[in-house]
Amino acid sequence: MPLSAAFTRQCLDLLGAANIVTEPERLRVYECDGLSAYRTLPELVALPETAEQVLALMRLCREQRVPVVPRGAGTGLAAGAMPVAGGIVVGLSKMNRILALDPLNRTATVQPGVRNLAISEAAKAHGLFYAPDPSSQIACSIGGNIAENAGGVHCLKYGLTVHNVLQIKLATIDGELLTLGGPGLDAPGYDLLALAIGSEGLLGIVVEATVRLLPLPPATRVLLSAFPSVEQAGAAVAAVISSGLLPAGLELMDNPAIRATEAFVHAGYPLDAAALLLCELDGLPEQVAADSERAIAVLTAAGASEIRSADDEAQRKRFWAGRKAAFPAVGRIASDYYCMDGTIPRKHLAEVLRRISEMSAEFGLAVVNVFHAGDGNLHPLILYDNGVDGEFAKAEAFGGKILELCVAVGGTITGEHGVGSEKIPYMCVQFGSGELQQFQRLKRAFDPYALLNPGKAVPTLHRCAELGRMHVHRGELPHPDLERF
Amino acid sequence: MAADRSAELREHIERAAATNTPLRIVGGNSKAFYTGPGAGVELLEVAEHTGIVGYEPSELVVTVRAGTRLAELEAALAGHGQMLGFEPPYFGADATIGGTLACGFSGPRRPFAGSARDFVLGCKIVNGLGEELNFGGQVIKNVAGFDVSRLMVGALGSLGLLLQCSLRVLPRPETETTVAFAPSEAAAAIEFMNRLAGRPWPLSALAYAGGRVRARLSGASAAVSAAATKIGGDIDAGGDAFWQDLREQRLPFFQQPGNLWRIAMAPAAPQPELAGDWLLDWGGAQRWLKTRESAESVHRACAAAGAQARLFRGEAAPDRQRIAPELAALQRRVRQAFDPLGLFVPLPD
Ligand SMILES: Cc1cc2nc3c(=O)[nH]c(=O)nc-3n(C[C@H](O)[C@H](O)[C@H](O)COP(=O)(O)OP(=O)(O)OC[C@H]3O[C@@H](n4cnc5c(N)ncnc54)[C@H](O)[C@@H]3O)c2cc1C
Ligand SMILES: Cc1cc2nc3c(=O)[nH]c(=O)nc-3n(C[C@H](O)[C@H](O)[C@H](O)COP(=O)(O)OP(=O)(O)OC[C@H]3O[C@@H](n4cnc5c(N)ncnc54)[C@H](O)[C@@H]3O)c2cc1C
Repeated sequence: MPLSAAFTRQCLDLLGAANIVTEPERLRVYECDGLSAYRTLPELVALPETAEQVLALMRLCREQRVPVVPRGAGTGLAAGAMPVAGGIVVGLSKMNRILALDPLNRTATVQPGVRNLAISEAAKAHGLFYAPDPSSQIACSIGGNIAENAGGVHCLKYGLTVHNVLQIKLATIDGELLTLGGPGLDAPGYDLLALAIGSEGLLGIVVEATVRLLPLPPATRVLLSAFPSVEQAGAAVAAVISSGLLPAGLELMDNPAIRATEAFVHAGYPLDAAALLLCELDGLPEQVAADSERAIAVLTAAGASEIRSADDEAQRKRFWAGRKAAFPAVGRIASDYYCMDGTIPRKHLAEVLRRISEMSAEFGLAVVNVFHAGDGNLHPLILYDNGVDGEFAKAEAFGGKILELCVAVGGTITGEHGVGSEKIPYMCVQFGSGELQQFQRLKRAFDPYALLNPGKAVPTLHRCAELGRMHVHRGELPHPDLERF
Repeated sequence: MAADRSAELREHIERAAATNTPLRIVGGNSKAFYTGPGAGVELLEVAEHTGIVGYEPSELVVTVRAGTRLAELEAALAGHGQMLGFEPPYFGADATIGGTLACGFSGPRRPFAGSARDFVLGCKIVNGLGEELNFGGQVIKNVAGFDVSRLMVGALGSLGLLLQCSLRVLPRPETETTVAFAPSEAAAAIEFMNRLAGRPWPLSALAYAGGRVRARLSGASAAVSAAATKIGGDIDAGGDAFWQDLREQRLPFFQQPGNLWRIAMAPAAPQPELAGDWLLDWGGAQRWLKTRESAESVHRACAAAGAQARLFRGEAAPDRQRIAPELAALQRRVRQAFDPLGLFVPLPD
């Protein structure tokens, strides 16, 4: 149902014409996030400048039962910020101020539209940084990071967003402002902060966040090791972790990724390696020395054909350059790519990578692997050509097989990108009816009319039935409480 | 000792749901002082539901039944040079991992390694409808669905029974050394601790007790000894015992008369204006107060200082903690979502 003229007028009254977008050509910007294969043109985008405006919009939308899709920077990879028919988009990009930086308490209090990297840049003068560092950090917003529980290269040691946020202010659909968490390390009552983090805009809109800052490590070393096979590199990851090391980052790139990035940024990677591992160690110089001695021994025993070490900043940047530019580099060799995000127990890395390359042959679509190996978080990039009829559908089918494989080996369909619209069918594979209904009841505790980002992140049982996706658990009939049709 | 009692426990809850009988979940019952006595309710005993179900040291993940004794779990991890990163207090030899997570207690390592909820990767629960549900998993990154596993931590069993949990574990540091600094006043100690925490020392605990700041340093021997020389203060040979006694509340401070309050606040914020004795843990983010002042005065002074107080031990007064009314209303709805019949003892307030 299209938005009524009266509703649009009320939005204009609340926010002013400068903060409401309704012209089709300007609305185009908001029709998708980073997963551009999924698009819906919105009718109205509101760009509030204050928390009060967000609250007023929420009250209005609740009163008139208009769905609300929150949007940060639109770098999401699961179509979480994709508009929904009959709803509005609330973009937080104008709420982009750092409100306070408190070096003694080691916190930053920021508006939701602040870019992830801007926090670390502001904290640097105090010898501090904000640890979660998604590869999209120059663009993505802290509000989007909180909604997705974003991870990054350094999460193995420093944790995900959920481990680094102390307090948020959440605007509810009732137009109430809730403070979740506190200025210390916890708050009384249920841990609703943990629940809100990663809730993909389904429970409320984050209008302010207080994040934890950590001291910058005085020494950092990156080890680049080359392996003659992907299996050996996968086994090396497990060996590093079981040796008692906790690297700041542990990333794996396979040969197609090495070639694509080398052609793009000339990082000096060994082109003949089947896989390379980047292992970053940080801390006091004495700690880094001890850890790298151990890491080199483990990597050598695991069959590394070459190990290079970078200590100074310039050299380290060169080692990382290829990894950081991997997605755009792949963008140069293929007209389109589809990025998956499953996570698996590390011990299955070698086996799952082998299965993916077999499936690649079956589907006739190439795959590039570059991912957070230390976390077991895979990012297979499936290459396809959107210009060829049916190729995206084929890429999606291939991606779906990868996610089912992740679940089968005890993993999950998404490690950091979220479910959004994209992975809704696989939620029905990962969870049974009981869990899905529990999610829905929890959602209703916050949003009784299902107005916040509807249709995303947690499917209803009917949606699962329609999709024909069923969770099979110990041979029981999935979702037995549902009528079949 | 290992025994799977999931079926009995689930049936017990189903029966209770059918007859509308309120239940009180009991693990080792070591934390009763904190949770308070339940109304005339039936006990749901988890202590027999025990055993480590899965532990692969190379994955840094352990999966354990809720009634498993904390001591047994920690011993198994230590056998592989690993540990629970949140250094949980026991408060009794029979403490179970389920009770520990339900209380959400973390020890001195918490500001530097993470809290109980930070290490929870997944859990199996039975909700108030008698449904056995699985959330999260055994991998360290997982954003599929709402984070119900972490919500269970600190919920005191009011949202459901924890049957089994998967936890991330950490490698044990090669060495730990404690340094103690010269005596100082509280205000100076607060500033000093926060300056230390803002520098990249390999800290794993930081507290102010008995007029002195103590810092624990952890890591490779070479790094710890280099840091111990540079950071100042004197090596405290009794450091390990100090942190254990702090964690278990056995230090003389805790034996004094008066109520024991736990106060959560910004670590560098000045002390709330309250008469009594103070002990500051977590670099100032968790402060213990022994006082005879009324709950009203404690809450008022804490609110003025941006702090949140919780009666930890003492007169089982109401008014143990204060929660904003809109949050309290939301909490009731969240509880309804898990336990619509209200079988489980609600959170005390
Ligand atoms: C090249 C590239 C690399 C990437 N690398 C990583 C990576 O390493 N790790 C990682 O985790 N992700 C990565 N991502 C994915 C993406 O950047 C993250 O998911 C990021 O957190 C999204 O932030 P955003 O501000 O762009 O949010 P959007 O895409 O605008 O929105 C994402 C979701 O959050 C919701 N939302 C946004 N703002 C709010 C708010 N204030 N309140 C409530 N809900 C809100 C939206 O409704 C939507 O569901 C990458 C993306 C790209 C394009
Ligand atoms: C008043 C009092 C004071 C005490 N003081 C001390 C003391 O100072 N020092 C000391 O060493 N010992 C003390 N004890 C001893 C103590 O009783 C214990 O020995 C105990 O081992 C802890 O049990 P537990 O950790 O398994 O949790 P419990 O105490 O059994 O439970 C703690 C909370 O967690 C919930 N819970 C437990 N298991 C689950 C589960 N599986 N799922 C969901 N929720 C669950 C319970 O409902 C309860 O709310 C005290 C006992 C009492 C009664």
